[in-house]
Amino acid sequence: MAQALVYIAAALLIGLGALGTGIGFGSLGGKLLESIGRQPEQGPALMGKMFLMAGLLDAVPMVSVGMGMYMIFLVAPGIGG
Amino acid sequence: MSSEAKSSTDYIQHHLQNLAYGKLPAGYHRHDGKVIEQDTWTLAHNPQEAKDMGFNCLHLDTLGWGIALGLILSFVALRVARTATVGKPSGIQSFVELVVEFINNLVNETFHHKNRLVAPMALTIFTWVLLMNLMDLIPVDWLPLLAVQVSGNEHFFFKVVPTTDPNATLGMSITVFLLMIGFSIKQKGLVGFVKELTLHPFHSGKWYVDIFLIPVNLVLETVGLVAKPVSLGLRLFGNMYAGELIFILIAMMFGYGLLTGIFGGVLQWVWAVFHLLVIPIQAFVFMILTTVYMAMAHDVAEDH
Repeated sequence: MAQALVYIAAALLIGLGALGTGIGFGSLGGKLLESIGRQPEQGPALMGKMFLMAGLLDAVPMVSVGMGMYMIFLVAPGIGG
Repeated sequence: MSSEAKSSTDYIQHHLQNLAYGKLPAGYHRHDGKVIEQDTWTLAHNPQEAKDMGFNCLHLDTLGWGIALGLILSFVALRVARTATVGKPSGIQSFVELVVEFINNLVNETFHHKNRLVAPMALTIFTWVLLMNLMDLIPVDWLPLLAVQVSGNEHFFFKVVPTTDPNATLGMSITVFLLMIGFSIKQKGLVGFVKELTLHPFHSGKWYVDIFLIPVNLVLETVGLVAKPVSLGLRLFGNMYAGELIFILIAMMFGYGLLTGIFGGVLQWVWAVFHLLVIPIQAFVFMILTTVYMAMAHDVAEDH
């Protein structure tokens, strides 16, 4: 029972993290293309800033994937015995 | 739980344990049944012992790799600076110039105050964190197995990537935090700093209203201030830790026969390529946020 709850928690952790980041990356990339379409000469500068934001955005799901993997492979076997 | 799953859990746990050197209290029962008679500084032989060391514990592998990489970096940079020439630069000189110029431009863009510490600090943070993160690309078992061979101890813990240890990343971010507070006080004075904390988002100008706003402001600003170093350190740690954990999980596939091994090899390559993007981005984010925080500390806000 407790083990199953750990798996569900890990699934929620990874899934919701992916969901939010998917929306975030979608709007990030969309806005970048829009801005480059308007001002192509700003492209390289915007690209650099986009990668900064991507790094910030990427941290959340990566942490949740890491914690999820930790729960699946270390916490759950420990509880299940 | 089957013995296979048990051993894989052991494998992951072994890879996630630092080489801890710390103080065990008198009367402590070691994992092999021995009882310690007096307080001793010793290496931990399993995760539980490392946990029981508590505060008096040094992670020798994190410290060692961090210092070693820092020394390599300083040595290379010093050599290049000594032999720098305007004539025909060598490949390494061009590369170092490229990096220095890149950081210089970035800091000039984000930091508009007079401070001779910020740009060198940004350069150091970027290159050092990048090197520490790059240790992640070395296959997870190589260096730990080598360490086991050299030390002759089968339970020798060895974690190669310093940034997968929260002690390293939070240590850096707390240093940045202290510098931030220091520069803030230096720039605005102690009164200015306290004013920034107490009168910032809500401010009316009438003292009898302000008295009720100050606690609210203090809570909001303190949370904002403390969140900065915590998120800075945990972001880097979380990314590298997750990456390392997935490398370890992929590495486990090599033990399950030829086909799984080949598939694991492909997966490892794919993940390494993706990680090649994550590694510099995280180093870059750490560096640029440090610079931005420094700029915020120097800004004398006149908007309230």
